[in-house]
Amino acid sequence: MAPVQAQAVPVTSDSSIVAEKVRDGIDLEINGEHYRHAGDPQMPLLWYLRDILRLTGTKYAGSHDSTGADLVLVDGNAVSAITQPMAKLADKSVITVEGLAANDGGLHPVQQAFIDEDAIGCGYCTPGWLIASVDLLKRKPHPTDGDIDQLPNLCRCGCQTRVRRAIKRVAAGKVSQL
Amino acid sequence: MSDSIRLSRRRFLQVLAGGAGVLLVGIRTASATDAPLPAAMLGDTFYDLGAYVRIDSDGNVLIGARDPDTGTGVATSLPRIIADELDADWKNVSVVSLGLGVTDNNGQPRWTYGRQIGGTGGSIPTAWNDLRSVGALARWLLLQAAARRFGVAADRLRCDSGTVIAPDGRRLSYGSLAGDASKIALPNNPPAPKTPDRYQLIGSPAGDVDAREIVTGQTLYAIDHYYGDALVAVLVHCPWPDGTLASFDFAEAKAVKGVVDVISLKPEPGQPLGSTVIAPAVAVLAEDTWSALQGRQKLKLEWKPGASGSENSAALEQQADALLAGKTAPTSRVRDDGDVDAAGKKAARRLQASYYQPWLAHATAEPMNCLVRLEKDHASVVAPTQAPQKAWAVVQRLTGLGPDQIEISVPRVGGGYGRRLDHDYVAEAVMLAKVVNKPVRLLWMREQDLEHDYYRSGSVHQLSVTMDRKRELIGWDQRMASASALAHRGLPDNRLWTSELEADQLPAALVLNYRSDWYAINSAIPRGPMRGMPHLSNAFAVESFIDEIAHSMKEDPLDTHLRLLGTPRQLSLSAGSVLDTARLINVLKLVTDRIGWKNWLHSVNGLGIACWHVEGAYVAHAIEVAMQGEKLVIQRVVCAVDVGRVINPTGLEGQVAGATLDALSIALNLAITFKDGQIQQHNLKDYPLASMAQLPDAVEVIVVPRDDLPPTGASFLAMPTAAPALANAVFRASAVRVRRLPLMKELLRLL
Repeated sequence: MAPVQAQAVPVTSDSSIVAEKVRDGIDLEINGEHYRHAGDPQMPLLWYLRDILRLTGTKYAGSHDSTGADLVLVDGNAVSAITQPMAKLADKSVITVEGLAANDGGLHPVQQAFIDEDAIGCGYCTPGWLIASVDLLKRKPHPTDGDIDQLPNLCRCGCQTRVRRAIKRVAAGKVSQL
Repeated sequence: MSDSIRLSRRRFLQVLAGGAGVLLVGIRTASATDAPLPAAMLGDTFYDLGAYVRIDSDGNVLIGARDPDTGTGVATSLPRIIADELDADWKNVSVVSLGLGVTDNNGQPRWTYGRQIGGTGGSIPTAWNDLRSVGALARWLLLQAAARRFGVAADRLRCDSGTVIAPDGRRLSYGSLAGDASKIALPNNPPAPKTPDRYQLIGSPAGDVDAREIVTGQTLYAIDHYYGDALVAVLVHCPWPDGTLASFDFAEAKAVKGVVDVISLKPEPGQPLGSTVIAPAVAVLAEDTWSALQGRQKLKLEWKPGASGSENSAALEQQADALLAGKTAPTSRVRDDGDVDAAGKKAARRLQASYYQPWLAHATAEPMNCLVRLEKDHASVVAPTQAPQKAWAVVQRLTGLGPDQIEISVPRVGGGYGRRLDHDYVAEAVMLAKVVNKPVRLLWMREQDLEHDYYRSGSVHQLSVTMDRKRELIGWDQRMASASALAHRGLPDNRLWTSELEADQLPAALVLNYRSDWYAINSAIPRGPMRGMPHLSNAFAVESFIDEIAHSMKEDPLDTHLRLLGTPRQLSLSAGSVLDTARLINVLKLVTDRIGWKNWLHSVNGLGIACWHVEGAYVAHAIEVAMQGEKLVIQRVVCAVDVGRVINPTGLEGQVAGATLDALSIALNLAITFKDGQIQQHNLKDYPLASMAQLPDAVEVIVVPRDDLPPTGASFLAMPTAAPALANAVFRASAVRVRRLPLMKELLRLL
């Protein structure tokens, strides 16, 4: 086969370097991994996590940020994943409940405290409570009852008193060691 | 050699060699005419045995949990009953959800695991004897195997944490004995279970077995299950369950990228509520949820109301009020002791009050959803159900498949509260899968969940009491009007009252002349089972009224309660059960002692109490509140329960605290209303579950030690007394008597 002849390209001073066309998409980091979303920029983060990435720890429970079951950390702050279109998340760092534990499987102190206090009802809303608690304890390492009262989460199983104990356990450094 | 031991007419303990070196013990339910099948014919999978335990050669113990766990902790407590009887090391125990057990018995289903229902308070009482006998047989077999190995009589050996120990200290692990144990001939009678003094796990605290998976986001609820080729289905339901689709245009919805089909659904005529589609609906099926939701937005639909389009919740309440005030005969006379009318003529004092309670929705955390794959000879269904056998029946009817061609997986359920005893959403998913010929993943939005529910009916309770000169209660006349949760569900009219009140509820059997009447309200708004029914509404009325009686006599409400309960004694109730007044008095005294009741009149804050009994379990609440202007602060909540033997104290505390908070949340804020047949609450801002700030910081739970009695259910036990104790405390703090729920709205109106 004849060798392919390289085409001569006219060189001018201005266009000596042609930038590669940037691929469309939204780049973001989720639980330390890099992702690029090439679909509808208006798709809420919740459906991206659940449908596309199959990270199902973040739960659907309403469309108006109403129960806190869909909370995730975006650049360290708790936000409702269903209210965040992917377009707003370019270059952001997202942590979901699946990303709270260390890479070696060691639990986050808040996760361990929830186990210690059995702060779990049906468990459906638990990921949201965990994210909200992590967010609170980062802002206020020693939260008052009034601070804890501000958590936006709802729970029909009535895990609130046990969640309160779990948060205080973390603040007091009394999480059991594994 | 027999392969099974008969436990009862229909139930057999069986052993099966589940493979080399494995011991497998379980219970098999046979139909009455069946001879027990030889174990070898049961097949080679351990799932063929109900309520089973499996011990592997490496010492790992696998225990099956047969009842769906809706947050009641049965996935933890039921296996611990087996594990204790077996003297297993809990650290080596794993629990697996069994899914629905069904085999084909000449075209009829045979339920492999017997009863499989979660979240109704019946799991533990039903399982208590079965599960212990499974554990006891497994331990007996291991002991026999060890006896042969040691050359020591079995009765001289003991078991501890997964090992058998000989008198001279030699030890053999269960794992090393499992293979031999599976070959031992069964005894003629089931080995006796342990005496309670030897319990190690039963009665000791344990965290949820799924906790680690839950806090790491790994637990898969039904809503988290996928098939790669499944279409996502989202729906719009007709605002009226009996309405019709008048006109539609699907074109724009179908044009949305990712949308595959748009299909309309209708309830099947003649099917009871809860087993078919809840209301006419249009489903958008798409490749992913976001596309489906965008398609849903583009639907152009016009609905026409049915007869329910003229219904208003306020008008139904007026109708109920008028019924109770009039002279119409009741729909059902539930109880009639002594002669209430004659007692009325001798009365020195009388008191009457009416209590109004709203319609309620379930508002489960996990919305309705269902994953279905249909094939020519097989259906796989993953559904958040409390009653997999009922889900099976819906799938069977719609597909015509044989009993064992239908597989129902039962993952952990994101809240049940009775909503998942119905399977309309399963019917929807199966109907859609039949049309599109692809697996379907159905998902309801929160709005649909609130607007299309099998609600709890609102109710009016009119209570009258007559007292003699010595202030003894001599006559109790109780009238209740509500729309039965059992209507349109295939029950005869004369049983419709059974979902609305109990013949035995307080103060039945305590007042000589006692009458309880129920008046039916007709409504086309769907209704169904609800957690705590019928105790929730009745306890609020009765225990508020007893507080009012105390106030009218200027008496301490604790004294009024104690006079009503009388001397400690056992009273026969209608269903052969017993009311032990000593146990009820005990829980009442425990909560009043803890909260400092003796200062009840002098406290700046308001204190309130209430007590109740539910199927052999007893509960009391004492609540302290403060009014800060128009703000109500619940300062302390104490709850005492007597549930017989406690399986898992940690789980029980969680259930009691949780049920208390749920009941307070309902009482404070929640009401479903409808106008022109349309539900007026659309999301959780309209149906505001209590926030962390509105709820008490702690619930002090007192559990009565009661090792002499078998365990009872406790999943909703703490619900009935929370609202009346709260309302009674509010009365002391504010002098406002709240006779209408939700409490906050009424309190602010009256203040």
